[in-house]
Amino acid sequence: MTEFTPLSGTVGGVLIGSAAGLLLLANHRVAGISGILGNALWPGAGEQRGWRLSFLVGLPLGALAASVVAGPMVVDIETSSPLLIAAGLLVGFGTRLGSGCTSGHGVCGMSRGSPRSIAATLTFIAVGALTVFVTRHLLGIA
Amino acid sequence: MDDSRTAAISGLLFGAGLTVSQMTNPAKVMAFLDVTGSWDPTLAFVMGGALLVSAIAVRVEKRRSADSQPSPSASIDARLLSGAVLFGLGWGLAGFCPGPALAALATGSGEVLLFVVSMIAGMGLFEGLQRGRATAAAGDA
Repeated sequence: MTEFTPLSGTVGGVLIGSAAGLLLLANHRVAGISGILGNALWPGAGEQRGWRLSFLVGLPLGALAASVVAGPMVVDIETSSPLLIAAGLLVGFGTRLGSGCTSGHGVCGMSRGSPRSIAATLTFIAVGALTVFVTRHLLGIA
Repeated sequence: MDDSRTAAISGLLFGAGLTVSQMTNPAKVMAFLDVTGSWDPTLAFVMGGALLVSAIAVRVEKRRSADSQPSPSASIDARLLSGAVLFGLGWGLAGFCPGPALAALATGSGEVLLFVVSMIAGMGLFEGLQRGRATAAAGDA
């Protein structure tokens, strides 16, 4: 159970949108984290590693800086280790198969009005909600 | 060089945004997905704030590159939707998606590391299958 925090949520969202906007305007790139990570590890033909690695290093450093200013980062994981491994495999495989995650489809694609991104976002939110309903309320395992 | 600098600043802002909005906390994301339980709608506000700013950037970018070709419009296909289903399943199990998981590595938590290593393994599995398929297709030709 967590507290509803619309103000800090919106402020954080504006920061995320600014990050995506900067990458689009300065680098002409989409700030999709799964794509950035996947292409940094397994670059396709003609894809560069440099800017992707810089972005990926910045990500936890920005989190660290924000936690110094805004208070320690709470990471409350309720999932058991075997489920955590299964979840990681699904998230990694699924985001590469579906060409994007919450950032690429949910923020960047939706702000472009891309029908593919809208369809993907509605799908993963619906499936995520269904998964929580089944595991938490029907099976009682999470 | 310039490319890397702006990308690093973007990463910093992104990580800070995820932390300020508490999206780095899986319990918070799970509470958003738990619509029939004690629902926490915060994630919708995070997405709203992000979309607002990002949409402005998209408009500016479009105006700047008005002469460029529109990107090929791909259709909503089975691959996109099955990927989204698998991702949603994993997201609902742990409350982590790629960005927050990478940002939460800053805590030094072993559980976060376990998730991130599994996620990279999942991506590697996909790459392996892709390459296997490409090789098979090349063999057929």
